Amino acid sequence: MRRHIARAAAVAAIAATLVFGSAISALACGGLVAPNGTISLTRTTTLAAYHNGIEHYLTSFQFSGKVRSLGSITPLPGVPTKVIKGGDWTLQRLEAEVNPPTFDRLALAPSAGFAVEDAQVLLRTQVDALNITVLKGGATAVGNWAREHGFFLPPDAPAVLDFYAQRSPIFMATKFNAKRAAAQGIADGQAIPVHVVIPTPNPWVPLRILTLGRQSQDLVQADVFLLTDRDPAMLPQAVSPDGSADQKGTILERSAWASDGLMSDLRSDQRSNWIPDEPMWLSYLKIDERAGDLTNDLAIDASGYGRPDPVAAGFAFPAVPTADGAMGARTIVWFGAGLAIMALLVRRRIHVSAVGTR
Amino acid sequence: MKRRGTAAAATVAVAGAVVIVALTAAAAPPPERTVDVTIHFSHFDVTSLEVSPGETVRFVVTNTDPIDHEFLVGDAEMQQLHEEGTEASHGARPGEISVPAGATVETTFTFPDRLAAGWEFACHLPGHYAYGMHGPITMTT
Repeated sequence: MRRHIARAAAVAAIAATLVFGSAISALACGGLVAPNGTISLTRTTTLAAYHNGIEHYLTSFQFSGKVRSLGSITPLPGVPTKVIKGGDWTLQRLEAEVNPPTFDRLALAPSAGFAVEDAQVLLRTQVDALNITVLKGGATAVGNWAREHGFFLPPDAPAVLDFYAQRSPIFMATKFNAKRAAAQGIADGQAIPVHVVIPTPNPWVPLRILTLGRQSQDLVQADVFLLTDRDPAMLPQAVSPDGSADQKGTILERSAWASDGLMSDLRSDQRSNWIPDEPMWLSYLKIDERAGDLTNDLAIDASGYGRPDPVAAGFAFPAVPTADGAMGARTIVWFGAGLAIMALLVRRRIHVSAVGTR
Repeated sequence: MKRRGTAAAATVAVAGAVVIVALTAAAAPPPERTVDVTIHFSHFDVTSLEVSPGETVRFVVTNTDPIDHEFLVGDAEMQQLHEEGTEASHGARPGEISVPAGATVETTFTFPDRLAAGWEFACHLPGHYAYGMHGPITMTT
């Protein structure tokens, strides 16, 4: 459990990459929790599609067989109604939409997570070689659960989990089962798409979780696609691309109605009958930010009112609930009773004065 | 005669007891100081520590995090050994303890009469020292 073990693990990870020719794991918008702090630095991709009050959150997991206990924790904006396998190539099709493959003369260019109550397990499911558990609980409860279930949590995990638990106590813990992957013939580096269906008032994409376990100077890279019924308002406001390859920040590379071709292709993917027939607005955000600067999430207002929630973005703390939930109601009852008594007194006085004037 | 002998024996016993108490007091260790340390979000709430020459300090370390931590007191060489070392847990040596998630653990350490530069308390679980889990220990002159 010391630096040289971590170094050995890192060497093993590099070796795995060399042997299998694939990078270790990438989870879109989930914090990667690997043994001894080995963290993937690859670019991640996710889609948050929102229609009729339902967020369809698509992400994919890609693991190397040599990393047996790799897992991920993803904060969610609400309790999912189901977690299922995602479309086979939806994320790749979106990538192709915004980064079309380029050709050269010779060949096609390479294509491109004390005393506290226990966390409550809301849902357990398997998607191919992934064991997925949806949890409800505070940061400590979820952290305890993760630790007790073999997740390695880096030193920033308590603060990051707390950051999310203050906003939504729902987390998705995902663990890769190498044995099952081998039995299912899942190749090393093969992505496993996961589709999370979440009823929520507005879509939301966690970004700070991508910094989990990373040094503040590490570059976090992610492609975030949004499909919404109309042009959404976002917080933070993404910046326009300046043409520079090393531009930092949350960059809005595309904001337009999705083409008929794209929508048609997405609808034709496996398990994609959730995609509505109506046109949808496509937003493509490129995240290229130092981990130390990425202290926020992406709040989205897809309603058309243009008011993304600063709390959802992580720029403000949620309103502190009253210690006693009944307090507000009780106050109203007392206030109402006081008004009623005053009304009775006034009425009586009016009645008395009326009698007196007769 | 018998009464006088009994009185003498009682006097000797009392004197002996007084001598024993005096000797015990002379041999007793200096009074120890208790330092409470709380770990929250992978940070020690005590940022630095000042000790007296030869002082004995009882550290009571409370880990409020859902992850394990360590509290190791020592000079630069010792800290480097632990940063590169392989010990999975601590507790056998004074000033070196593992503090499991949510637990309170204590250790008592007697500092030498002089401290070289580089004395620290720290956690050396992977990435924790770099995350800021360390603080300097200096000696009052």
